[in-house]
Formats: sequence, C-alpha cells, structure tokens
Amino acid sequence: MAIQLPIYMDNHATTPVDPRVLEAMLPYFGEKFGNAASRNHSFGWTAEEAVENARGQIARLINATPKEIIFTSGATESNNLAIKGAAEMYREKGNHIITQVTEHKAVLDTCKRLEKYGFEVTYLPVEKDGRINLDDLRRAITPKTILISIMYANNEIGVVQPIAEIGKIAKEKGIFFHVDGVQAVGKIPVDVQKDNIDLLSVSAHKIYGPKGCGALYVRRRNPRVQLSAIIDGGGHERGMRSGTLNVPGIVGLGKACELCQNEMAQESEQLRRLRERLKEEIFSQLDEVYVNGSMIHRLPHNLNISFAFVEGESLLMGINDVAVSSGSACTSATLEPSYVLKALGVGEDLAHTSIRFGLGRFNTEEEVDYVVSRVVETVRRLRELSPLYEMAKEGIDLSKMNWKAS
Amino acid sequence: MAYSDKVIDHYNHPRNVGSLPKEDPNVGTGLVGAPECGDVMKLQMKINPETQVIEEAKFKTFGCGSAIASSSLATEWVKGKTVDEALAIQNTDIVRELSLPPVKIHCSVLAEDAIKAAIVDWKKKKGVETPATQSSATHD
Repeated sequence: MAIQLPIYMDNHATTPVDPRVLEAMLPYFGEKFGNAASRNHSFGWTAEEAVENARGQIARLINATPKEIIFTSGATESNNLAIKGAAEMYREKGNHIITQVTEHKAVLDTCKRLEKYGFEVTYLPVEKDGRINLDDLRRAITPKTILISIMYANNEIGVVQPIAEIGKIAKEKGIFFHVDGVQAVGKIPVDVQKDNIDLLSVSAHKIYGPKGCGALYVRRRNPRVQLSAIIDGGGHERGMRSGTLNVPGIVGLGKACELCQNEMAQESEQLRRLRERLKEEIFSQLDEVYVNGSMIHRLPHNLNISFAFVEGESLLMGINDVAVSSGSACTSATLEPSYVLKALGVGEDLAHTSIRFGLGRFNTEEEVDYVVSRVVETVRRLRELSPLYEMAKEGIDLSKMNWKAS
Repeated sequence: MAYSDKVIDHYNHPRNVGSLPKEDPNVGTGLVGAPECGDVMKLQMKINPETQVIEEAKFKTFGCGSAIASSSLATEWVKGKTVDEALAIQNTDIVRELSLPPVKIHCSVLAEDAIKAAIVDWKKKKGVETPATQSSATHD
C-alpha cells in the first residue's frame, strides 16, 4: 500500500475521529437535534436516550456505573471540576492537596490557583523513570490532606504511574483520589474499582472521538464524592455541571469508548509492536539516542527520544511530512524546554533534542519504516551541521565547557 | 510556526558548512551560545593578514531552523568583506533578510555575536588589543 503524506504520528495531542464514531454522531447534528433536557416531547427523549446510552458505554470501559459519569467540554474542564469542586466542597475537612510535577497544566495550574485561595499543594517529584515514589507520597500526607491528584499516564513520555498502589494508600487514609486519565483511558485497562479511583477525567478526542467533549467519573458509593459546581446554571448533570449537553459530542465519546473497549487488547499489542519497531530501527541506525522515561511502565504507543546534538525544532523541520512533536523550547511559547523532561533529570541540552512519537490506531508498519528513514537521514544531516557533535567526536567534554550564551 | 522561504532555503541548502583548522594563525573561531539554551553556533573565518579581507567562512550550528539560517547567511555575508565591514553587520540586517519573527530574533543576535567572536579570536592571534566585546566559549 502506498504511503499517504503527511503522516500523523502525534496521537497524544489529538486523534482523528474514527469513521464509525463520526457515523454514530451524524444523526445528532441532523434530524435528532433535540435538547436532552427537554422532558416533554420526543425530540428531547431521543436526545436523552442517546446521552444515557453514551453514559453506559463510558461507564463500562472504566468499570463504573452510568450515574457516575458527568459530561464536560473536555478533560481540562474535568480536571478543573474535580480539583476545584472537591477543594471547595471539602474545605472544612482540610486544605491540603497532593499532586506531582509532571502533571498536565490543567492540573498544575488549577492547583496553583487554589494556592492563591489559601490551599496548600505538595508537588511530588518524580524518579528518573518518571514515576512518583510511594514513600514520598506517604510522607506528604497530613491530616489536612483532602485530595491526591495523579495522572494515569503522562502525555509527553507515556509513563504510567503506580495508580493501583496510590489508590490503595488514598483509600486507607480516607483521601479522595483524582486521576487525569486522558492518555490512558481507552488505551490500557483502567478500572476505577480495582484502582480505587474516586474521580477520573476522560477526553473524547484522545480516543478517536470528537474535540470539545469529555467526562468526569465521580464515585457515588464507598465513598460518595460530592463536588461544588464551577459552572452554575440549569442544574444539569446532577447539579455538578450546568449547560445544555453536547449531544453529538457525547454520542461520539460513547461510541469511541465502546470501540476502545472492544479493540483495546488487539490494538495495544499492534501499537506496541509498531513502537518497538520504531525504537529498534532508530537505535540500530543512530548513536547517541536516549529514551526519556521508563520503557517498562509506559503506554504501548508512546516513544520519547532525545537525539543528542540535534535541536528538536530543526529536526521537525527536516521531517516536515511527518507530524510529531518536540520538547524543545523553540516549539513552545515560553522558550523553556519541556518541564516534564526537566523533572526526570534530563539535562536541558538533551531536553532540547527530544521528539515525542505518538502512534495511533491508523498508523501502519510502512509508515513507521518511512518515519524511521526520514528521522535517521535528517539526524545524520543535522549532526554534520552540529558543532556539538563535532566536539563530542573530538573527545571534548561538553559539560565542562564554559559556554558564552548571549 | 511558518518559516520564510529564505529560512527554508538556508536550512535545506546551508552555505559554507564545515570547519577550518582552528590552529591556523589566520583563522578566527567564534563559538557562541549554549546547549542548555538550545543554540550553539561555531563560525570560522580565514582572514588575509595583509588586506584584512575574509577569504573563507565556515559554520556549524546546533539550533532551530532560524539559527541555522542566520549563521549560514552570516557566512555568505562576511565572505569577501574586510574585518571592519564584517563588524558592521548587525543582527537587524539578518532579521530583515530572513524575515525572522520576534521569537527568533535571538538567533540573529547569536549570529552577530559569532561574527564578532571570530574576529576577536583572530585579532587575539595577531596580537591586536581589542575591547572584549564578545568572546568564545572556552574549555575549562
């Protein structure tokens, strides 16, 4: 099969909508346009039925009950609602929250805002492999701790946190446990019962569903979790999230969850095989390449590599028919390299050379081979251009240089 | 980010890539930037001691496309110029020529620094006293 260019391999950023998902959604843009909150005519009932069906599809994927699913505009809102909602609701109980440094900004910046309102937040460090240390977590817990928020898997390095162990600790201590599940749900088994998760954020567009739709799992029993709403209005979603439901988006999210549940076992094996092929080919053809984060506790479709002596943005420019992303400062608005890689102890020099590959449902072996050839060829070319590579080959220790940055 | 056609051209066809012998008394080497900042430029010039004309220029750059283009352009510009003419090149000239966006202005600054550092190095070799405007990275 001929390869279609450009190749999309940035599936941690977003995923294409699966055609089966789109098909399920389309009627709800057309003749089935009703408001799910309209209780007195068939248009409303049709919409409500579709929403309830989707609630079930999501609940089944994560081993929850349909009533525990709250629809939102996306995982950023879900994270905000979970953390701010729990903080406000349980303020009397305590003002301490524990999270960790490689969380998504939707969690970190939410926590920072709460600090302004008098909450205390502990940002746990991560080990070299990207995972938190459970002893650090135990030590951080105080009688004032009301919430632990730790992501299931990281969006840059795909490292999976010890969620079941954290859930167990949280439960023992009677602390609510929120998990940002954006990168993990639908990709690897996530079970809110087994993992003792009380709040779980889900996004549709990371699992081949539409953008603008997400969900928050809110545990109803053992223990029951209550949240203060952050959006007030008509009292939709058991009062936790007002606003007319995005019925087509919700139908899409539901269908996307169903597909993931049915295909996860086979798909994750396929992706793991492609990822290993990508990694092995790159490592066999290039020297001075380094994997960032644990290879053991990692999403099957993620690979994050530093190509020493080659700046990430210039590499992206050279492989411009392949869509991947870089931890280089030059690709971010802040001119700071990836805070996630820095937290792992990756030096800033190597952070600037990192590339994130996010494989997805629609990638093929031929595409992987093409990407490998483009990456290898471009890295070689740019190393010929790199004064650092030349110096390293001459045996100069770059870390002992006295650099004159302007 | 969209790159200008000139940046893409320099990135795809960098001019004067390579190295000149560092120890040559007529070669000045400028090494500026830092790996931690994501930009390192090495610019070398071979200067005729009689005429002070820059007869050859070579570069190697670790950095984004704009950094590569800025240093590639700098080698093109300094070739054939006298030392004093080369010192008159300003980063804003590079910004204009390559249509660099504001976030990439530091690339042009680095290229100007590299030119100056190479000339400082050459003058030092010649025993000419210069005010230390911009000097190169050194090995501890």
